[in-house]
Amino acid sequence: MASKTIARPMSEQILVASVVILAIAWMVPLVWIVGLSFKNSLELVVDPNAVFRFPYTLENYADLMVTSNLGVWLRNTLIVTVTQTVLVVAISCLAGYGFARIDFPGRNLVFILVLMGLAIPQHAVIVPLHKMFNDWQMHNTFQALILPGLAGPFGVFLMTAYFRAIPLEIEEAAKLDNASRFRIFWEITLPLAVPAMATLAIFTFLHSWNDYLWPLISATRPEMYTLTVGLAATQTNIDQSEGLGYLMAQAVFAGLPMLILYIFFQKYVVRAVAGAAIR
Amino acid sequence: MTDMTSTAAGMTAAATPRLKSWSWTELLFVAPYLLLYVVFLVYPLGLGFIMSFQYFDLFAGQAEFIGLENYQQLFSDRIFQGAVVNTFKFVIFTVPTFVALGLLIALALNRQTWWAATLRTLFFASNVLSVTIVTLIWRAVYLPQKGLLQNFLDVFGIQNIALLQDPNWALQAIAVTTIWWGIGLPMVLFLAALQQIPGEIYEAAELDNASPWQTLWHITIPSIWRTVVLVTIIQIIAQFQVFGQINLMTAGGPNNSTRSMVQFVYEAGFRQWTAGFASAAAQVLFVIMIVAAGLQFWVSRRKQEF
Repeated sequence: MASKTIARPMSEQILVASVVILAIAWMVPLVWIVGLSFKNSLELVVDPNAVFRFPYTLENYADLMVTSNLGVWLRNTLIVTVTQTVLVVAISCLAGYGFARIDFPGRNLVFILVLMGLAIPQHAVIVPLHKMFNDWQMHNTFQALILPGLAGPFGVFLMTAYFRAIPLEIEEAAKLDNASRFRIFWEITLPLAVPAMATLAIFTFLHSWNDYLWPLISATRPEMYTLTVGLAATQTNIDQSEGLGYLMAQAVFAGLPMLILYIFFQKYVVRAVAGAAIR
Repeated sequence: MTDMTSTAAGMTAAATPRLKSWSWTELLFVAPYLLLYVVFLVYPLGLGFIMSFQYFDLFAGQAEFIGLENYQQLFSDRIFQGAVVNTFKFVIFTVPTFVALGLLIALALNRQTWWAATLRTLFFASNVLSVTIVTLIWRAVYLPQKGLLQNFLDVFGIQNIALLQDPNWALQAIAVTTIWWGIGLPMVLFLAALQQIPGEIYEAAELDNASPWQTLWHITIPSIWRTVVLVTIIQIIAQFQVFGQINLMTAGGPNNSTRSMVQFVYEAGFRQWTAGFASAAAQVLFVIMIVAAGLQFWVSRRKQEF
């Protein structure tokens, strides 16, 4: 009897202790590369353990501002990400409302066909998509970077479900006043859907910001690179590189905006990512 | 977050109350999306299917139907066979760890204290980083001679570790990176499920003097079984498509030991520019993904436990 009452908190403590140790292990690589980013690269070549002692320097970050294309890539990423997010939210709200409220013939069939698109992986259409933009001579443009990202059905799925959950009665009064359907949507129903729009916006933003395969294939000119592709291009020779500190400063610079956003909007980020995974 | 699973509910269109009238102009609500959907998803899917039966010269823009030749070549291709094996291996290396470790972390952090909240934030944080940043970090960790791992192993007198250059270890090393990157998602899904378990069940178990193991096996796991299955399927779908980490950390090497199916499609399509052949490989990937997605659909629509 006595052993059992002790055994319960004991196993609990072991579990918590191992997860705390795991958390430290999780954090160590991050702390280490932040440390590297503040070290003179040549000093690291001589002795990798130099990261554990003074002096630290800001020179890698200063170099970053002067020599790298990071500013251009950041601008490209912002243009693509913000445009994609705004358009996905707008188009998904419209379509979601349409599927939820307008009883056009064949609606259910069309909706099911759209839902089936959830199962199509990006990788399955990447080769023909590249060919299409090649035929249109549109690679290395913002249109090419943005357009394919607008076709995913997740937003429509999310907004349709959300609009369906809003009671129809809310719109009845306005309907009696002969307001147009768009006005009803815009003034009455849409404001109620803001939480779902926020979830969709955060998910789209994150997804778009971190997209790798499509920009890798479509943007082949360095001035059209996004951050992910640009960073990928600079790390190809990490093994030979003497600029370890410089590379890590790039990683910190590119990762920081997302981490800050995450810390401020953590609840929404987690909900958006988890919601998109479950669908 | 507690509400997440219910978003999947009520998806059958018939359940919606209907308004009787509709007009052509109202189709403008769905038209923009349907246009994008058809042009950038449905059409490429069909085009890819057709291309898989063609010999394709992307630059000359010429296509020639060659029947099943791409598929025959594909299935006798040693490198493709290797890529299929590597992909399955990668799924086996990562998915059980994602499920077990995700559940373990969720069990430990399922409490309302400041430190549990901090650790939850930490475990999910790497999830928001892009694959290029993650690989930049982990290539530095795995660097021979000056990497973090070597630094650590020096303490034990183990020298000259070069995991990414070793055909026997490269895929496992990438799997570790992947788990570091993605553990946040299974963790939050399990946390959401754990919070749904009514506390009274645990109180009853305590009265019965159930051991922690008994409680875990007979109460906790059966209560969240649906989530366990769902997380497993989500991870299988995600890890089956592994590409970025591999392309950036080893580019399929050393000695083809890390080449995955998506990596194979990418190289066939955009390194060797054999678009028809690449499309054939993409069709194989697509079929496997459809099966997995169907499974996910089926599981997530089932409300009851199984």
